[in-house]
Amino acid sequence: MLDIRQRTGYLFVAVMLGHLILISAQVPTKSGPHVLQAVALGAFSGVQRAAAGLAGGLHAVWTGYVDLRGVREENDALRRQIGELQVRLQEERALAQRAAGFERLLGLRRQMTLPTIAAEVIAGDATPGFHTITIDRGARDGVTRDMAVIGPTGIIGRVIGEPVANAAQVQLIIGKNAAAGALVERSRVSGVIVGGAGDPPLLLEYVSNLADVRTGDLVVTSGIDGIYPKGFAIGRVESAEAGPALYRVIRVRPDVDFSTVEEVLVVLAAPSTGPGAGS
Amino acid sequence: MKSAGLAAAVVVALALQTTLARFTIGGFTPVDLVLVVVVFAALVGGPMTGLVAGTAGGLAQDALGGGLVGIGGFAKTLVGFVVGVIGAQFIVAQPIPRFVVFFLATLVHGACFFGLYALIESRGFAVGPTLTQAVGNGLVGVAAFQIAAILPGLAHARRPRGGIRR
Repeated sequence: MLDIRQRTGYLFVAVMLGHLILISAQVPTKSGPHVLQAVALGAFSGVQRAAAGLAGGLHAVWTGYVDLRGVREENDALRRQIGELQVRLQEERALAQRAAGFERLLGLRRQMTLPTIAAEVIAGDATPGFHTITIDRGARDGVTRDMAVIGPTGIIGRVIGEPVANAAQVQLIIGKNAAAGALVERSRVSGVIVGGAGDPPLLLEYVSNLADVRTGDLVVTSGIDGIYPKGFAIGRVESAEAGPALYRVIRVRPDVDFSTVEEVLVVLAAPSTGPGAGS
Repeated sequence: MKSAGLAAAVVVALALQTTLARFTIGGFTPVDLVLVVVVFAALVGGPMTGLVAGTAGGLAQDALGGGLVGIGGFAKTLVGFVVGVIGAQFIVAQPIPRFVVFFLATLVHGACFFGLYALIESRGFAVGPTLTQAVGNGLVGVAAFQIAAILPGLAHARRPRGGIRR
């Protein structure tokens, strides 16, 4: 009869082998066991929602009652800012009306507004440094795999895995395996933006050493990946150096401050199919 | 440590981890609470408990994390088992030895986790964040033992048992 400690040793070896087989099974496709991921997300999204609600409640109590020092001064400053912005809005509205007139004159078709749904971030990454978030919208709301997730200042990421009824996981664009088709707005030079580059976290790859890219240039989505809609801001070029081979080393700082992301928009237009799009 | 308590600890750690990470999105969370629970459980319950906690916590974290499922499970199972063996062989009952165990366990976990990813996806090893996390895990782990000492019956440090027989 085996000693219990000896059995623990055998069990340890068996479990480690099981892990290795599980990892090996995913490596060729990198798709992961969907059932396990879906079950884990489905089972845990309720806990995450409750924890997010509790944390949000505590945060609201703090910011709504405790941390109100200097609010009067801030309020006055914001009122002044609103006045200035209202003037700017009038100017922009007049410009928009002129542009609409030109569009009609030239017979241009107005671009369709993207169908989106607002979602709240209910959890961050379970494994530190993985750059994923969980949102409170899922299959029930029409969210599907590979849909783009955007914010007011730029793109956030894309839906990964199969969403469960009321939650979905989003891979941030700054994540190690994230990528998107991109172009430099000023010179229309195109490339691929990839995440996980450190600080700043984005790299614009496959841009020729001869291409015109300058520090401060705005990088936007090109739409060729079939996931992210065209023309959405990604970030600004922080440095653009000549690379050792054919391509420049272009570092991009994202426009989105990911540390303050609380609400996002999921673009409900189904992504166009394409091998490896966005990843 | 009973199975239900262990499962609850892993779930609470995951909930806290993802809630904390919500406020540091895009940054780095300086503590891996699931790993803290695995090491804590291994020190309190021995290699079998460490193995079970590591497997369950690691796989759950993998499934929720969006990466390859099994890598975190592998790393945490290894750490849980080894820490359980160390906890059974040596007296780890003071804050400094406990801090060292949490610190080293985080480094071993990081080496294993990033090492496997480096083999599969050519990812680099994040040395700085891993060291920061080792310190964070050490402090939280020691604090967890101090809190557990106040709560009667939650954790009883195991006596050395002469190790695993061959």
